[in-house]
Amino acid sequence: MKDLLKIYDIIGISPQSNSDLQKYVQMSFIREVELLISKRYQEQIFRCPVHLSVGQEAVAVGVSWNLNDEDKAVSTHRSHAHYLAKGGSLFKMFAELMGSAEGCCGGRGGSMHIFDNSVGFISSIPIVGSSIPISAGAAMAEKVSNSGNIVVAYIGDASLETGAFFETLNISSLKQLPLVIVIEDNGYSTYANKSVRVPENRAVKSIVEGFGIPFLSGNGDAIDEVINLSRTAIEIARSNQTVVLEFSTFRLLEHCGPNNDDSLGYRSQEEIESYKERDPIMYLIKKFDESEITFFNKAISDYVESEYVKAREVREIEFINFQKGFSL
Amino acid sequence: MKRTYIEAVRLAFDHALESDPSVMLFGLGVGDVGAVFGTTSGLQAKYGESRVFDIPLSENAVTGMALGLAIQGFRPIMVHQRSDFSFISAEQIINQISKTKYMSNDLYQVPLVIRMIVGRGWGQGPTHAQAPHAIYSHVPGLRVVAPSSPSDGYQLMRAAISSNEPVIFLEHRWLHQTTEEFAVKFDNSSIEQSKIVMSGNDVSLISLSYGVLECLKIAAVFAEFGVSCEVINLRTVKPLDENTILTSVTKSKRGVVWDIGHLLYGVSGEISSNLNENLFGQLLKPILRFGLPDEPTPSSPFLASKHYVEVDQALLKINTHFSLGISPDKLLNRRREIYPFKTVLMDQPDMGQVGPF
Repeated sequence: MKDLLKIYDIIGISPQSNSDLQKYVQMSFIREVELLISKRYQEQIFRCPVHLSVGQEAVAVGVSWNLNDEDKAVSTHRSHAHYLAKGGSLFKMFAELMGSAEGCCGGRGGSMHIFDNSVGFISSIPIVGSSIPISAGAAMAEKVSNSGNIVVAYIGDASLETGAFFETLNISSLKQLPLVIVIEDNGYSTYANKSVRVPENRAVKSIVEGFGIPFLSGNGDAIDEVINLSRTAIEIARSNQTVVLEFSTFRLLEHCGPNNDDSLGYRSQEEIESYKERDPIMYLIKKFDESEITFFNKAISDYVESEYVKAREVREIEFINFQKGFSL
Repeated sequence: MKRTYIEAVRLAFDHALESDPSVMLFGLGVGDVGAVFGTTSGLQAKYGESRVFDIPLSENAVTGMALGLAIQGFRPIMVHQRSDFSFISAEQIINQISKTKYMSNDLYQVPLVIRMIVGRGWGQGPTHAQAPHAIYSHVPGLRVVAPSSPSDGYQLMRAAISSNEPVIFLEHRWLHQTTEEFAVKFDNSSIEQSKIVMSGNDVSLISLSYGVLECLKIAAVFAEFGVSCEVINLRTVKPLDENTILTSVTKSKRGVVWDIGHLLYGVSGEISSNLNENLFGQLLKPILRFGLPDEPTPSSPFLASKHYVEVDQALLKINTHFSLGISPDKLLNRRREIYPFKTVLMDQPDMGQVGPF
């Protein structure tokens, strides 16, 4: 949370206030980070595949809103928002994406493998589905050690097509594990629409409830709805019960990379336009004056830029040393 | 007409689908706009959704389905955009697909291809850059092929599809933009034959997949110093074409194996052992091996450039190991003149492809 606390300090808000302003700042912070990566990617300093979270900020922020520092989270290839919302270090994330030794995994993992136990961010796993049983194992560890902590497993909608999902539902229910599986349903697996992947009337609710697991679903664009539903889910999980929470959301940019991939034509123009109306940040922006927004945004973007500059300086020194070791 | 590797594999699919109605092609991305880096473009429109299709993210189940189709008269091709995802299919591949012919006392043929792409560069990292040809070669009942050029891509894919045994088709991402002029006509004899892609007498360089391109660079540099290298493109990892390798090393008495996988328990050890068993006492020096160290592939370019074998490093080691007596500085300078580095970070291929990708 250190990054956010610094931003709160600059803006002048109390960390205890739980206000709309905090929600706005948290989501805008993640958005600004992702847009900086997008904008700067062509410099080839961020040197690994990136799966950006633009459009999906409300789920990460809203779920983390109800988590304690000691609670754990596990993510997928699209992990930046989850990591930052869990209190991950922006500097360590930027450094990781640059391949720096000061990254959260020393540069070994890159964007697709963000691990940082210091903030309860157990791992992010790009082999789709494989993170779900790992999360259940972590939940079992919390349960048997009577920690009172829960584990959140963020997964995408395509994870529901894997065997690991079904197997984990079964054992998590059987063993009554303190696990919240958060499905971020953005409708696409890379470019493949759900219509080519699952039957039209597949009922996730019935599947989940069939395993004796409570199922909640809602609008992942609306931060307050995410906060309220995840509060309920997390309370249930704290009494040693697995819960599945499903949010509709959207991915604004391309599946993998810094740009948008709308020219490929796999999403209709109408659909892309609808994303703009659904923007989770726009939903909150109406609550503030234009001049306030300008002030907040500047504070956030200045902060994000300064962390980027710091990480870049560290990386530059490593690059120079690397070149020295490489006798041309 | 020069064709890219991507085009060559796409043509192999196209011609196989056209000539045999039992051929089917599926996998994540096969039917979408990305078309597995363009290698399946237009095929769904041409052959219909019942023969060419995208799949749910259910690799293990779909691999089992491929086996069910294969033993009931079809010739399925399943595609993994990254070989790392094939490990989700590993139960079906290793326990079922490889053993069905044997277990059934040859009641069943298993004409099935599993194509998997090996990533490299631009921070692919620990789970997007593995080359599992040695793992699959270890399993009785599987054939494993690994092309190194567009013509290989075409011929080996056609051969794999027409094989009555299950074939693992390992394809390196850095081959995709390579180009070659070749006759697009299926040569049925090719699957078990390695190819000598450069003839020479002094040193035999044995490699596969993208490693062959690196060995060709090494050979070109040594040629400038009067050392003639023979470069062998394995093409098929299993079964191994022992004759071609043995004939070459019998002649040169100096053998080098360059693998794209890990050194320990891998293909380079297998070939080295084979040469030792057959040519013990005839070799001038022990077989020299290049491959990946016993650590996962890091994402960071700083770390990855030390993880992968570089041509410079190999030139120096070969020079020393076989006491070739060439000045190291001259060797490296010549390399840089012939093959200048695109980037010192070495996380992009030499040929045409540029990041970000």
